Amino acid sequence: MPMKMIWGFFKGTLTLVSKGSRAYYAWVACLLVLVGIGALAYIYQMENGLIVTAMRDQVAWGFYISNFTFLVGVAAAAVLLVIPAYVYNWKPIKEIAVLGEMLAVSAMVMCLLFVTVDIGRPDRFWHLIPKVGILNFPQSMLAWDVVVLNIYLVLNLTIAVYILYNLYHKREPNKSFTTPLLLFSIPAAVSIHTVTAFLYNGLAARPFWNASILAPRFLASAFCSGPAFMIILFQIIRKYTRIEIKNEAIFKVAELIAYSMFINLFLLGAEVFKEYYSDTVHLAPLQYLLQGLKGHNDLVPYIWTAMIFNVSAFFLFLVPQTRENYVTLNVGCVLIFIGVYIEKGMGLVIPGQVPDVLGEIYEYAPTGIELLVTLGIWATGLLVYTLLLRVAVPILTGEFFVGEDGRTAVIIDTEFIRRADHLAEKSYRD
Amino acid sequence: MPNRESRDNPAFRMSRRKMMKGVAAVLGALALPDKDASASVWESFFQKNFREMSKPELEKVLARLEKEYSKTYGKAVKVRATPHIEGVSYGYGLDLSRCIGCRRCVYGCVQENNQSRDPQIHYIRVLQLDKERGVDLEHAEHYYNPSKVPEKGHFYMPVQCHQCENPPCVKVCPVQATWKERDGIVVVDYNWCIGCRYCIAACPYGARHFNWKKAGLPAAEMNPETHYLGNRPRPVGVVEKCTFCIQRVRNTPGRYPACVEVCPVGARKFGNLLDPESEIRYIIENKRVFILKEDLNTRPKFYYFYAT
Repeated sequence: MPMKMIWGFFKGTLTLVSKGSRAYYAWVACLLVLVGIGALAYIYQMENGLIVTAMRDQVAWGFYISNFTFLVGVAAAAVLLVIPAYVYNWKPIKEIAVLGEMLAVSAMVMCLLFVTVDIGRPDRFWHLIPKVGILNFPQSMLAWDVVVLNIYLVLNLTIAVYILYNLYHKREPNKSFTTPLLLFSIPAAVSIHTVTAFLYNGLAARPFWNASILAPRFLASAFCSGPAFMIILFQIIRKYTRIEIKNEAIFKVAELIAYSMFINLFLLGAEVFKEYYSDTVHLAPLQYLLQGLKGHNDLVPYIWTAMIFNVSAFFLFLVPQTRENYVTLNVGCVLIFIGVYIEKGMGLVIPGQVPDVLGEIYEYAPTGIELLVTLGIWATGLLVYTLLLRVAVPILTGEFFVGEDGRTAVIIDTEFIRRADHLAEKSYRD
Repeated sequence: MPNRESRDNPAFRMSRRKMMKGVAAVLGALALPDKDASASVWESFFQKNFREMSKPELEKVLARLEKEYSKTYGKAVKVRATPHIEGVSYGYGLDLSRCIGCRRCVYGCVQENNQSRDPQIHYIRVLQLDKERGVDLEHAEHYYNPSKVPEKGHFYMPVQCHQCENPPCVKVCPVQATWKERDGIVVVDYNWCIGCRYCIAACPYGARHFNWKKAGLPAAEMNPETHYLGNRPRPVGVVEKCTFCIQRVRNTPGRYPACVEVCPVGARKFGNLLDPESEIRYIIENKRVFILKEDLNTRPKFYYFYAT
């Protein structure tokens, strides 16, 4: 019986994702095209080797690992919604926490893809599987990362699917099952970010990364970028679907971003002070990032853009008037997302390797192939999130549920992405 | 040499065997057209980590590689896996007062160790430094190219793998594809490396190099005397490094690495650190010696010194 119920649910979701408005089809088709382009670019890279990227021995990690690092932050940020929702039982956020968990799942998928396209021998992935291959745990921080990222992915997927599956059956999710998992997801989110920071932090050869402040900085900036993305997403979701998200929830998230951004900027300032005031040979990477070094200054305009964006966004989110005005709020979100993307991506990964360990300066800028593969992975992530939402949204609005027989799925929502006036006309809930 | 504890653990062996067989059966069913080639492809795909192979397994692998390389390069290629010599720990000395920066070592190394010529991979990087500044890497010139060396006001510092006693590259490898042998040489199993390049990030000496492209190694220049952990041809997408010419120093005890042999001014010294009578011990005990980036506690076995 349960097997049949699960099969019915599964079949229902398949029917559901294949149905939708024209806008939904167009969006999915668009993403599929980008995924295809990315896949072609990756095949080209596989055939020719990583020489088609701009990475070399001097800068052995580039755009892929930068994106990976940034996205670990986005994934960890789901916890920001879980804490107020479940620990403090704050209702307006609780309703949408499941959307945050699904964002974490999508971000994790992207992270794993970015690592896959970066390694030289993806055919040997099985060497990482404990017992089958050899996972160098606990010595290698990369082994730790493999473990925590996969746990986090499975954990969020389990929570989200379990909650949705129960709502689909029109019953309250069993708290004795969900609460421990949700509570566990909080340290798990902290751990994925801490471990990723330690990955860099533990390398004494790279003074720019070998700073204890790195892990706290990672966490602080993660709590900015992930939620900023979610604020925009929530507005899109409530405009084009039947999900109701209260203003209150959005403004609360924005307030949390302001505090996190303050900590992020403070920690960055502490790091800048220490390096510049002590003025040792370890200053070179930071100088390369902020001022340029010996005429090499590719990163300088980017990092200052990021700084200006982050500081402006901080003030926009700090002042209640601008925080609660949708125009300034959204401007702030975009600024933060771009700002952290630069700072936590290329701004972190590249200066760790420039100048290199023997003092050579190799200026790295991604090639077209790297950009296309990256685009493809972002499109894949958005596609995964879209399909997850396609199932979750109708469940949350009560437009996708189990029928009288307890097996066949009932689908009321056949459109998914709809214009707002459409929504006002006929609400299923009324 | 191989890690016997884990290999003899029956649970470990069973689970892996089962898994391998299952996957092999599925993949075998896909049956590629060229039977011989596909068999060797799968054999190499499922090849174990060097340290976990039994003797017969290793012999089979070596035979397969010899066949493969001989076919590719059109000559009889020997792939050995000579183990370490008991009571030997290799140490290297580099006399900064003698080095003239001619880079003969760089190219001698490339020839001996079958590095890619296109793109070029060099295990040795010679830095041109200012006499006024001393060993200051931030001001090192990597691509000096005058018609004649040495140039006035400069000295030269070759850097290669320091074969650390406490190697950060080994610690970070997520799959144990790289390790320190009993004689102190840090090696890579090119058939086990996944190409994540974490070791490149971890190495303070820039000693590790990645095969960004299929190695361009002309058949005529290929050195057929190879070691599994040393100079055998490397596949694309894996990391490689200096091994103190493991194929030379282990096969013929007492033989020097190529860079030592080729140096025209005798700036390079090599020997057994455990032998109190060795030249390298004499240097350490009697000359002004320093190691690079001492503060990182990597404990290199590559000693810079000033003989004069």
